[in-house]
Amino acid sequence: MLAAIGVMALLAVTIGLVLGWSAVRFKVEGNPLAEKIDAILPQTQCGQCGFAGCRPYAEAIANGEADINQCPPGGEEGVKKLAELLGVEPKPLDEAHGTPKPKSVAFIDEQACIGCTLCIQACPVDAISGAAKQIHTVIAAECTGCELCLPPCPVDCISMVPIVEDLPHWKWKHPVVMMKRIAETEEA
Amino acid sequence: MPSPFILDRSSVTQVMAWVLAALLPGIATYVWLFGPGILITLSLATVTALAAEAAMLKARGYPVRPFLTDLSAIVTAWLLALSLPSLAPWWLIVTGTLFAIVVAKHLYGGLGQNIFNPAMVGYAVLIVSFPVQMTQWAGPHELTAAPLTLAQSAAVIFGGDVPRATLDAVTMATPLDALRTGLLQQLTIDEVMTHPIFGHYGGVGFEWLAGAFLLGGLLLWALRIIGWQVPLAFLAGIWLTAGFLNFFDAGRFGPPWFHLFAPSVMLGAFFIATDPVSGATTPRGKLVFGLGAGFLTMAIRTWGGFPDGVAFAILLMNLCVPLIDQYTQPRIYGGAGKEPRT
Amino acid sequence: MSRELHRFKGGVHPPEHKAESTSRPIHAAPLPKELVIPLRQHIGNPARPVVEIGARVLKGQMIAAADGYISAAVHASSSGTVTAIGLQPVPHISGLPDLCVTIETDGRDEWVVHAPLDYQAMEPSQLRMQLRDLGLAGLGGAVFPSAVKLDPGASRACPTLIINGGECEPWITCDDLLMRTHAGEILQGAAIMHHLLGSTTVLVGIEDNKPEAVAAMQAAAAGMDFAVEIVVVPARYPGGGAKQMIQVLTGQEVPSGKLPTDIGIQVFNVGTAYALARAVRHGEPLISRLVTVTGHVLRPQNFEVLIGTPMHTLITLAGERDGATGVLMGGPMMGVPVPDLTVPVVKATNCILVKSAALFPPLPKALPCIRCTRCADACPAELQPQELFRFARAGDFGRAQEYHLFDCIECGCCSYVCPSHIPLVDFYRYAKSEIWAREKDKRAADLARERHEFRQFRQEREKKEKAEKLAAKAQAARTHAALDQAQRAELAAAPAAEVTAVSDADAKKALIAAALARAQAKKPDAAPRNVDQLTPEQLRQIEEIETRRAKIRELVRKPLESEQKNP
Repeated sequence: MLAAIGVMALLAVTIGLVLGWSAVRFKVEGNPLAEKIDAILPQTQCGQCGFAGCRPYAEAIANGEADINQCPPGGEEGVKKLAELLGVEPKPLDEAHGTPKPKSVAFIDEQACIGCTLCIQACPVDAISGAAKQIHTVIAAECTGCELCLPPCPVDCISMVPIVEDLPHWKWKHPVVMMKRIAETEEA
Repeated sequence: MPSPFILDRSSVTQVMAWVLAALLPGIATYVWLFGPGILITLSLATVTALAAEAAMLKARGYPVRPFLTDLSAIVTAWLLALSLPSLAPWWLIVTGTLFAIVVAKHLYGGLGQNIFNPAMVGYAVLIVSFPVQMTQWAGPHELTAAPLTLAQSAAVIFGGDVPRATLDAVTMATPLDALRTGLLQQLTIDEVMTHPIFGHYGGVGFEWLAGAFLLGGLLLWALRIIGWQVPLAFLAGIWLTAGFLNFFDAGRFGPPWFHLFAPSVMLGAFFIATDPVSGATTPRGKLVFGLGAGFLTMAIRTWGGFPDGVAFAILLMNLCVPLIDQYTQPRIYGGAGKEPRT
Repeated sequence: MSRELHRFKGGVHPPEHKAESTSRPIHAAPLPKELVIPLRQHIGNPARPVVEIGARVLKGQMIAAADGYISAAVHASSSGTVTAIGLQPVPHISGLPDLCVTIETDGRDEWVVHAPLDYQAMEPSQLRMQLRDLGLAGLGGAVFPSAVKLDPGASRACPTLIINGGECEPWITCDDLLMRTHAGEILQGAAIMHHLLGSTTVLVGIEDNKPEAVAAMQAAAAGMDFAVEIVVVPARYPGGGAKQMIQVLTGQEVPSGKLPTDIGIQVFNVGTAYALARAVRHGEPLISRLVTVTGHVLRPQNFEVLIGTPMHTLITLAGERDGATGVLMGGPMMGVPVPDLTVPVVKATNCILVKSAALFPPLPKALPCIRCTRCADACPAELQPQELFRFARAGDFGRAQEYHLFDCIECGCCSYVCPSHIPLVDFYRYAKSEIWAREKDKRAADLARERHEFRQFRQEREKKEKAEKLAAKAQAARTHAALDQAQRAELAAAPAAEVTAVSDADAKKALIAAALARAQAKKPDAAPRNVDQLTPEQLRQIEEIETRRAKIRELVRKPLESEQKNP
């Protein structure tokens, strides 16, 4: 009896020491799960999820403080990927955080711009160039389409322009030719 | 619609039609040696299969016509019918066919989606559920009284009033049954082989049937409907396993030629194991698949609870297909690993 | 001595349909009224326009310059006036328009000044730049800028040069006719390639269904001053693919993900060799090419066509027939449906194939895959198309890549043999383009993340800097104040101070008074409140305190002002 207790106690101490040592020795800086979640998020930095950017949202998900369906730019596909990563059931996007929109970039009407720099301060990725009292312009290649520059503009000179598909951006579509389709067309 | 804009003239219907055509020599031999009863079995299975296929397509919301005309249901029906005892009762045929089409094919997603060969699933269900009814084999006419006429066969199959004596006069144990029974009675192979059912290689009559299936199979190979890998590997698997056992103890294990010249083996090698849907797809995988099925067939015949093991062997190998395919992916053009061929 | 040939795996034998268009000689297509010349006719960056609307251009004048290393210039195919630079329909599978230069021709067909290049005397890199500026791109179908391919790279030499006369696609005969009629010039082009690449072996591979071309090339080869071997290869689609031609002629395989140059082989189409010869020996840019017009037309034949000529004019020339069901650019195996017959002939246009219901019956509807692996047997890249199809359809692009999706050459053999009539290649194209798009999205997301993180870092830094600055100012103010008090104490301790010191102090006093007055004037309500019922003693004390405060305020503002002046 005593021997058994002794063995168990010794085991507990040994394992405890090993675990404690490895916790110190193999300490991981930052939160690796948040990193992985952040890699899935679209980096729009729009804040529609209720957090100040993609990274804080990723951390919130990793800490179990936020749900996976709060990112409209990521769309259903993003939710699916997050669900896969976290091993949970995918769920529909939470409408409260907005709905997915076609990809757009901001466009500044340079006739109306007064050069107030408010949009520059609002842009989360520094994709607007310009200075005080000078016309601002959007660097389209770097714009994430987050729309954060729209509300601060005092003269409403910013609009969102959907990205049109041109030749270099054209994509092959999924060839939907399979059987059920035949059934539908034949019955129709 | 993008390119290509021309197609070869092949189609699923054409492939299936050739498979059916290649079965004809076997069916003709069957009728000649064992009487015309098989024609009733084939017809009943065909009608059941087509009806079940049509009903399932309708139920699943698929168009009926293009899928019925692909003839795949008829291939399943014929393969099952040819595996069943020729005087099996009608309900056995209908049950087996229904199970094959409804459960093994459509509940797995229909054409191209079934992981198990439907005909073999139907056969396995029957032999497990109705072992007694699965032994009503007509004997070859050389050894029995005059074979049953079409009408008599119909009477047997549809449960009509057939005198017991007439039936007993035409049914007999298959060679594999005879072998199994003999070995269970502690007889040696030489003693068992004195039974009149044993012929030159296989059973009397049965060896001719096996030859006819082999002929049909070679036709399919010549037409490139099937590859050489699966049949050759399957036959090799049986021959090697049987030969190995026979070499060490000829008294307890049958000769390899006997095991090879069974109709079930030839049918299995050329028509069932070559089913592309449930078989391996890579060249090496096909060899593994065939060898494995051949070995398992022999293992079941030798140590299992059933006289023949082709169906279970193929079903077990069907189970391994994803694994086999994954580990036998061939080298691609310009692929790493080996030196470029010269 | 005949060369030992090798075999490539797979391949198919579609009906050839070559005889239709080989019986007639090559005709020069007439000059159209309007030329529409796309700026994206090659792989790589589109050319940058260098002319303006309204400008008069001459035949062979550069209208758009190469933009970057992998690019090629674009030239006016005839003389005339630039009437538009904008989006126009182009022959592309998407049917989307692209940037084109429209030239209204003047009918004079007036050449720009051009002169042969002395290629043997020129520095190779300089010659390659010239070829890029002459718009040279591969005419076999991929339109890869030739100047890039003519660079032997770090290895300094490319031992084997293959001139590809395979032309394995059904219906197309432009390379066949070119070899029959311009064998000598093709080999002159090969000589220049040979010079640039430092090759030791020059092979010309021609499929055995073109005996006239073989004879012409052999006759021309006999008269060349370098060793060139004409090799007849068995006709089997896609034997004209570069990788397949290499395998048949040399037995070597281009490693997956590598280029032929990595194994010391370079392959050029016969049309490219011809265009190179014209460019070097005559200084002519690539402004025309041979185009087969065949299929459902009255007179199937080959035309010498200026780049930019609308396709419908060629169909009219070949004799339009009723019952056409569509037009393809290229052959039936890899061709592209033309969305609109006004689209121009481009550098990649080897064939205009008019379809009819009889020649091209509508494709039967697809059935499910039965895993028969006929596609795997037909695949020249030795892939497992049935698995790729499964993954591509399910959107499992990672697995598709593991199964070597990007080794697929999109030849169409798998679709051709599929008994279930599944458009397999479509699935691979879809999967590839989806993977590319995702990679692009991922790069964009990475950029956004990086920029966002930098912005946060910058804001943090600015905040810190501001805080530091404020702290520094406060510190400065405190030291100034202390200094001032010390000075005053000194002044008090030395009554016999100099006049200047006194006047200094006076001046200061005056300043303070002025500031006080200013502050009081500015903020009248800042005047001391609740003073009505105070004793004179208290009032005097308040006065004193206020004065002191004003003094400090003034002192604090001074260094601030000076700092603002000199930031």
